[in-house]
Amino acid sequence: MPEIKVTPLGAGQDVGRSCILVSIGGKNIMLDCGMHMGYNDDRRFPDFSYVTQNGRLTDFLDCVIISHFHLDHCGALPYMSEMVGYDGPIYMTHPTKAICPILLEDFRKITVDKKGETNFFTSQMIKDCMKKVVPLNLHQTVQVDDELEIKAYYAGHVLGAAMVQIKVGSESVVYTGDYNMTPDRHLGAAWIDKCRPDILISESTYATTIRDSKRCRERDFLKKVHESIERGGKVLIPVFALGRAQELCILLETFWERMNLKAPIYFSTGLTEKANHYYKLFITWTNQKIRKTFVQRNMFEFKHIKAFDRSYADNPGPMVVFATPGMLHAGQSLQIFKKWAGNEKNMVIMPGYCVQGTIGHKILNGQRKLEMEGRATLDVKLQVEYMSFSAHADAKGIMQLIRMAEPRNMLLVHGEAAKMEFLKGKIEQEFSIDCYMPANGETAMVTTNPSVPVDMSLNLLKREMALGGPLPDPKKPRTMHGTLIMKENSLKLVSSEQALKELGLNEHQLRFTCRVQLQDPHSDPDTLHRVYTHLKSVLKGYTIQHLPDGTVMVESIVIKVSSSAEDVNAKVLLLSWSYQDEDLGSFLSSLLKKGLPPGLC
Amino acid sequence: MAAHLKKRVYEEFSKVVQIPHEEAQAKKLRLSKPSKSAALHVDLCKATNSTDALQYLLQFARKPVEVESVEGVIRILLEHYYKETDNSVRLKIASLLGLLSKTNGFSPDCIVDDAINTLGNEKSHQVLAQLLDTLLVIGSQLPESPAVRLRLIEVACKHLSDTYFGVRNKCLQLLGCLGLVDAPLTKDSNGPSSSSGGARDVQSIISNYFADQDPRVRTAAIKAMVGHSGPQILVPILAERITQGLISVFQLQLHDRGMKIHQIIYDQACRLLSDDYEQVRSAAVQMVWVLSQLYPESIVPIPSSNEEIRLVDDAFGKISHMVSDGSWMVRVQAAKTLGSMLQVSSHFLEQTLDKKLMSDLRRKRTAHERAKELFVSGEFSSGRKWADDAPKEKLDSNTVNLIASGACGAFVHGLEDEMFEVRIAAVEALCQLARSSPSFAEKCLDFLVDMFNDEIEEVRLQSIHVLREISTHITLREDQLDTVLAVLEDSSRDIREALHELLCYTNVSTKECIQLALLELLKNLNKYPTDRNSVWKCLKFLGSRHPALVLPLVPELLSTHPYFDTPEPDMDDPAYIAVLVLVFNAAKSCPTMPALFSDHTFRHYAYLRDSLSHLVPPLRLPGRKQVYSLDSVDSSCGSSSVESAQLFLQQSLNRVSSIQNLETAGDQDLLNFTIRDLQRLGELQTELAGAADFCATYLRCQLLLMKALQEKLWNVAVPLYLQQNVTATAAAQQILEETYKLEFLYSGLESRQVATIHHVRLQAKALQLILTARTRQGLDLLISSCEKFLQEVESFQRLFLSELPHLQDSFVDKLLELMPRLVSCKPAELVKILQTTLRQSGLLQLRLPEQIHRATATIVEPTGESDNPLKFTSGLVVALDIDATLEHLHDPQNSVKVQVSARLPENLSFSKTSFESSFFNRFRLQVLYPDGQSHVIHPKPGDFRKPGPNRHRLITQVYLSHTAWT
Repeated sequence: MPEIKVTPLGAGQDVGRSCILVSIGGKNIMLDCGMHMGYNDDRRFPDFSYVTQNGRLTDFLDCVIISHFHLDHCGALPYMSEMVGYDGPIYMTHPTKAICPILLEDFRKITVDKKGETNFFTSQMIKDCMKKVVPLNLHQTVQVDDELEIKAYYAGHVLGAAMVQIKVGSESVVYTGDYNMTPDRHLGAAWIDKCRPDILISESTYATTIRDSKRCRERDFLKKVHESIERGGKVLIPVFALGRAQELCILLETFWERMNLKAPIYFSTGLTEKANHYYKLFITWTNQKIRKTFVQRNMFEFKHIKAFDRSYADNPGPMVVFATPGMLHAGQSLQIFKKWAGNEKNMVIMPGYCVQGTIGHKILNGQRKLEMEGRATLDVKLQVEYMSFSAHADAKGIMQLIRMAEPRNMLLVHGEAAKMEFLKGKIEQEFSIDCYMPANGETAMVTTNPSVPVDMSLNLLKREMALGGPLPDPKKPRTMHGTLIMKENSLKLVSSEQALKELGLNEHQLRFTCRVQLQDPHSDPDTLHRVYTHLKSVLKGYTIQHLPDGTVMVESIVIKVSSSAEDVNAKVLLLSWSYQDEDLGSFLSSLLKKGLPPGLC
Repeated sequence: MAAHLKKRVYEEFSKVVQIPHEEAQAKKLRLSKPSKSAALHVDLCKATNSTDALQYLLQFARKPVEVESVEGVIRILLEHYYKETDNSVRLKIASLLGLLSKTNGFSPDCIVDDAINTLGNEKSHQVLAQLLDTLLVIGSQLPESPAVRLRLIEVACKHLSDTYFGVRNKCLQLLGCLGLVDAPLTKDSNGPSSSSGGARDVQSIISNYFADQDPRVRTAAIKAMVGHSGPQILVPILAERITQGLISVFQLQLHDRGMKIHQIIYDQACRLLSDDYEQVRSAAVQMVWVLSQLYPESIVPIPSSNEEIRLVDDAFGKISHMVSDGSWMVRVQAAKTLGSMLQVSSHFLEQTLDKKLMSDLRRKRTAHERAKELFVSGEFSSGRKWADDAPKEKLDSNTVNLIASGACGAFVHGLEDEMFEVRIAAVEALCQLARSSPSFAEKCLDFLVDMFNDEIEEVRLQSIHVLREISTHITLREDQLDTVLAVLEDSSRDIREALHELLCYTNVSTKECIQLALLELLKNLNKYPTDRNSVWKCLKFLGSRHPALVLPLVPELLSTHPYFDTPEPDMDDPAYIAVLVLVFNAAKSCPTMPALFSDHTFRHYAYLRDSLSHLVPPLRLPGRKQVYSLDSVDSSCGSSSVESAQLFLQQSLNRVSSIQNLETAGDQDLLNFTIRDLQRLGELQTELAGAADFCATYLRCQLLLMKALQEKLWNVAVPLYLQQNVTATAAAQQILEETYKLEFLYSGLESRQVATIHHVRLQAKALQLILTARTRQGLDLLISSCEKFLQEVESFQRLFLSELPHLQDSFVDKLLELMPRLVSCKPAELVKILQTTLRQSGLLQLRLPEQIHRATATIVEPTGESDNPLKFTSGLVVALDIDATLEHLHDPQNSVKVQVSARLPENLSFSKTSFESSFFNRFRLQVLYPDGQSHVIHPKPGDFRKPGPNRHRLITQVYLSHTAWT
């Protein structure tokens, strides 16, 4: 039996460093090639030596697919392709291809220039790596080679995020990457058709969470900003450059438009401008509203949001500023925070999770005095708000996706083991399918039962269709006669005559004959006629002929009568039928053995 | 440049300016039967190849065919059909057959056999499908012939096994449409047993195709089962809501005979809900809904447990599930359908808003629950702390149900959907369900309020409207009101006005709420001064709804002080007026309130009562003269006064009916008084204003007519003719005008009244004719006007043939009697006859229709003669805002005219204009320029909004442009 093997190199019972190896139908595919944010050593990247002891990866992998541009899904790509060595195709969607190098370059800069690491990939390597990328379109089936084909589905989450279906023959695997089942202000919800894959590999970040309606969150967020602005305060929103930041921008932009507000909104420059540019270009990847209205106005061409300059922070009057980075640990957001922290009219809104040790984490936990470098302390008087905007599917969303795709097996990655365990139980209970959750380096094996396609000759099909009802009744399987020819790796179903012809064989006929003794006082022709009438009354719907040469034909079965020499009354019926009519023939013989009913003329 | 721009302007509006004249009546071809058929025959014979033949047929299809020649044409087509080898030509012929069978007045039973015969030898599947379609047309043209039906059903059953999906589709459609829709008929002819057998057969045959391999056939099968009969069977309300997905009659009949077949179909339908194809799922949703409406109370088992629930609950749960379907079409369908399942049990209903939240396996409260708790505990702010929403109790992992069976959270999903179509459908469904269940209304409030923040304006607007509709059931909490009021700052005028409308109907719980609402409304007024009227109106209702809550606020609102006099506020300040409107309306039902007013408040009351009487109610103020008497009476005794007024109206009409002509002075007085009474009645009783006005105008017409015809005037000497003529001509002219107003300005007229009005008009015309005869000497003119008059009489007769019996002994009745003589006689004689008839004929009594309303238009913007006229440079364009409320207008898109007249100022060197607008009926927006040029502009359909029944609001812009005047 063929098997599909799935081995996570990263993201197995873990979040970060997504990298999953799949072997299906003799093909090896790497899904995502990410880095781990939590480590600064070798554990940062997946262990590619698992695939190849020390050589290049090209010989072992048929293709690499990147689901979206987050670094935990693509961060190790230049390392893998340029430093470990891989020359095969790398597939990603157009927006991912556009934005990915920006993020990689940023990542490289921070690691090499700021932290001073050596033996890291260079800008040139990123460029070389991107040359190997083949872009994908949504719902476009791409043939990697003769047998392997991949197809991308919309996944929400971030711009250009995709779920991929990998198909070899009739076996298939769907990898979701990160996805979001509830639409937000700029992206739609993930969608997949009923493709019934053998394995659905799904992320499970929020395996044990069911989220509240996003509208409450949005309303809260807007209300807080609005109140603060009306008081004349300044609002700081620390964000990461891509993804959520754009959603919040759209949210604020439309709110400003609707409410006719005049206070300025600034976006700290840097990465963002480039990224916003791509958001403008890839309108087709956004949600219904933006797609429908971009002819009048591209929603990403912000009217109220302007680029930030350092000097603006001291301007009087209310304003809203988006600044990077998101956890207030360094950079512009921290500078602005320091400036504004002393005024209780101001506000900082943390739109995401903050790692322990960062200022963001401290203030969220209610710390009102912060120690800065050089013994200075900072009194935090401004209001601190927390507002979670997350773009992963929650437990219900995951279940909804399973219902949409109807997979035969489930495999969970990108989540914590304990949470996965819960979801696994639920999936097995609700859908009664097997669910796997391999750890890193562990291999999950799924036996598939692929259907074997057979070419059938059209003539044979038509002939068989004509027999019995013209339409195949889906409730009843129907048997048919034909010859299966296996030749040069292909299967053919042809009629027996054609098979004989192709094989150059003569046709042999197999006939059964049978004698039935009857006691009948009539003459031979009369007996035959009595047999004829008897059969005629019993077998309705069959063609029964009384031929002039003293035989009765029922379909192709021949019946003759001869009287035995000894006893005139003892008649011998000769039945002869071919192998194909075995059913009818044996029925007839048993029928006639019972004798003819009296009273037939 | 200017000229170029002007040209562009004209180009742009040239389309708009045109008044679409009525479609020219298609000329009837008077071809005799042989010629029509022969022409086609010749054409078809001439055709050398199939392309030519197809061309001829296509041309032929464009012309109408006479009823009498249809059969001949069909014969020729059939003849050609058998000869034709090309599929496309045969297909066209088949479709033509169907088209021709639809001809009015043609009974296709003579061609049924031929049509069925053609099926026999047809090889092409497409043609076969088309032929079956033709048979369907024929079958539906012959509803009274069961024999044909049975034959057609047989044919359909025979072809059901075709391999082409189109043929199977058509067969199923045929079975669905003709399959014993009138079972009673077949019952009569064949006996009950056979018809019931037949019915089961049809149903089971169709249900066999629920499992067809082709999704299109599956859809057709479901549609054949549920989707093709008229709405009359269903509860009208439901039928109105969902025009698709109706129950076929035969299913109902099966139900009556107590067949248990429905259970099988229900199971099948539920299975089809998980079909791979969206159109099948969508149709299956319909079918499940139909079944749930048919058998709401039957019990179905829940699989994998031994519990049983009502079918309608089960269906509700299953359809709720479809709200998270993969295809948005299905989601829309499901969301819409949910709204009409009113019989569902309340706990299922409430589940649709329920979504158990959890975080890390711990139960979390929703933001709504948190808000409520905060409110209860008396704390205001929310979400100040991180982890404020931190999960509390630990959940048992076994009890967490991720795919909730049933309706769990259906609307939560629907309202969050990506496609706004789904969201709108969900909002509408919420509305329908909430209207029938107060407890559900209470629950869905939070969700609707959340929708005020949607990204699509249409959705926001819809949810505001919905909230208004269900607001009778609910009382807003302070935090909810806060969210609602936040929308007041929206820059869209529609949204704000909808919200004002909502606030008019809202109940609030505390005085803080009133204060909050007032504050926000004043803020709104400050930000958008154009909302003035709407805000005042809103405060009027707010005040009269919550007098007890306003009372404690009064000192603060009017800023009075127990010891000190406070400065008198500015009377022209809209905000101050707004406060006063609130207070005065509350004071109406709160007699203790005026004691709190200061002196200037009373003065301001008097002023406002005069200037804004529609906003300020009459108050019983201490020490003031009662300036009102009638108003308070009719406001206190409500409906009974309407009845008595109606009685009065009727009596007045009866009284004047006895008047024949104005021989006695008393009669004239009586008429005069009646008219006066009616006018006053209309002012007092707004419900009857339309009817009273209508009667008064009618009576005035009669009065004028009678006066004009009075004996004395006609007997005066020749020299006095002239002067007398002037009054009579003026009267005739006025009557004509009034009759047009009568005919077009009132809605709810029946043809009886229209006939009466036309009758008066006819009389006026006769009067005019007589006057012409007496003054003018030109015989030609007289002859032509006589002819014209006779034509009018004829057209009257044609138009109101059915009303003639009611017009006995009237002018027209007599005229029609004399008609043969009139046609032949000389003009002078005719005038003489007319004169006598006119004078002999009595007053025609007016019968009042049930509901009659006068169409009115109030122009809010621009306000009459503006002080600062609009200026525009010649050749450039200026936009003039128009805002008007139209009441009791049918189809305002086609019947409104705004007339904007541009006037020249004294100084001709400036191109300056001032505006005067007025509404007429049956007109368009017209711009009049001083040089007599006029533009007619159609307002766009989108400019009309419908804030209430029989009310329309037109908000549009008129573009003005003109060349320089020299």
